[in-house]
Amino acid sequence: MKKRSVFERLSGSPYVAWSALFIIAPLLFVVYFAFTDRNGAFTLENIRTLPSYSQTFVMSIGFSLIATAVCFLIGYPLAYCMSQMKARTRNVLMTLIMLPMWISLLIRTYSLMALLDNGGLINSFFVRLGFEKMTFIGTEAAVILGMIYDFLPYMVLPIYTSMTKLDKRYLEAAADLGCSGTKTLFRVVLPLTMPGIVSGITMVFVPSMSTFYISQKLGGGSFDLLGDVIDRQFKNAVTYHTGAAISLVMMILILLSLAVMNKFSDSGEDIIV
Amino acid sequence: MKLLSRIYIGLIFLLLYAPILVVVLFSFNASNSLSSFTGFSLKWYEELFRDGAALSALKNSLILAVASSLLATVLGTLAAFSIARAKSRRYQRAMEGVSNIPMMNPDIVTGVSMMLLFVGVGAMLKLSNTLGFWTMLVAHTTFNLPYVILSVLPRFRQMDKSLTEAALDLGCTPAQTFFRIELPYVMPGIASGLMMSFALSLDDFIISHFVSSPDFKTLPLYIYNQTAHEVKFSMYALCTLLIVVILALLIAVNIAGAKDEGGRRKKKQTGVTK
Repeated sequence: MKKRSVFERLSGSPYVAWSALFIIAPLLFVVYFAFTDRNGAFTLENIRTLPSYSQTFVMSIGFSLIATAVCFLIGYPLAYCMSQMKARTRNVLMTLIMLPMWISLLIRTYSLMALLDNGGLINSFFVRLGFEKMTFIGTEAAVILGMIYDFLPYMVLPIYTSMTKLDKRYLEAAADLGCSGTKTLFRVVLPLTMPGIVSGITMVFVPSMSTFYISQKLGGGSFDLLGDVIDRQFKNAVTYHTGAAISLVMMILILLSLAVMNKFSDSGEDIIV
Repeated sequence: MKLLSRIYIGLIFLLLYAPILVVVLFSFNASNSLSSFTGFSLKWYEELFRDGAALSALKNSLILAVASSLLATVLGTLAAFSIARAKSRRYQRAMEGVSNIPMMNPDIVTGVSMMLLFVGVGAMLKLSNTLGFWTMLVAHTTFNLPYVILSVLPRFRQMDKSLTEAALDLGCTPAQTFFRIELPYVMPGIASGLMMSFALSLDDFIISHFVSSPDFKTLPLYIYNQTAHEVKFSMYALCTLLIVVILALLIAVNIAGAKDEGGRRKKKQTGVTK
């Protein structure tokens, strides 16, 4: 048995080494770059320049919040309707929701761009109806629509999963005890599907916060989101120090909000128990 | 109510698929118009296949996906084994916590942090350009690892420990026990981890964007470069081909899954009749 425990102990070491080198060390490098200057001396200068990006932070957070809220408002009823279908239909619909997740984000964004283009189908439809041509690309709405379109499946999937796990007897009990439909929704269904909601919100909010392809393509270059700034700082700028500081702050913001969200989902699970 | 919910589902799916259908349709358009379909033609596909860069990017993508998913599967399976068998709760928690980091972090931060590591270490070693195939391989393996662990670990935890003990009692060496008893038992988890890694690696753009160099471009990076400035219709052709491949793979996986489930159900039924 002693030999066995040696084997067991050694089996984890490649992963321990790998994660120290390629998960922990890179994060330390971000911290290091954020607090040093060109010559490697300690400085707070990078952090001090951040307020000049405050508009970008506000816009990124704002766009992501709107996109996440709309995804929830569309996705929650959708997941509910889907969960009420017959098992067979449900599985087909689920595959149809998951299919776009396997199609590259680049392709999906590019497709949406084709549709919204000045010379695209929607505009030619408008013109045929006698309306004036509208410009979509380069508007705030297009960027937010892009986020909604790209990340909606990530909202639906976890909510749907917790919806199907929901014990129907709770609903019957609520109805028997005199709960109205809306009351059941708010006091039974919503709390019980909270873990799905939390992971759905996370899975939409985090990529929306950090996207740069969507804003480049659908924003026509007129919106600088956090992702765009980071992209530019690392692909074009001479030094990486400012970019590292922005990434660090973004990471902390996101991890903090994840921690808060997880508190919510924990209390949700308590209700189930 | 039922009708209403059907209409709602139909509407959302229409919106979800409209852009994709437009791209598929217009990839066969004879002219380069996005608003009117002037006739069927394969000229954008011809243009795509004449472009050697697209094919070499595809080759790079496949090489990288195979290599990184295999590497991640080996490392991840060993890690899952050690997490499942570890006695210390703290070790288990630390390992799982670390493997959560790449999943919780936005991709852009993971990409940027790895780029800083490679560039920083490169500068220390006085190398001029460290980015390339190897950095891509490391990055892809790293973001694949949590998914492998996530799909293999539950299988190890479900496994009845007496199977292992029996094998050891009957004279198997620890390595034999691992390869003959434990590995076959967790194989379904390994298979799904491998497939997942392969798909994630093929699909990844954001992390690759930061740790790649122009001499090793994968398909998503190629698409990104091609679509940077203008609308290119050969890209619609490429998108259509990729969508068809993904659709075929998903259907194949679903059929295999359905068969597997059917087989399991049969086994269960015979178990009951016994």
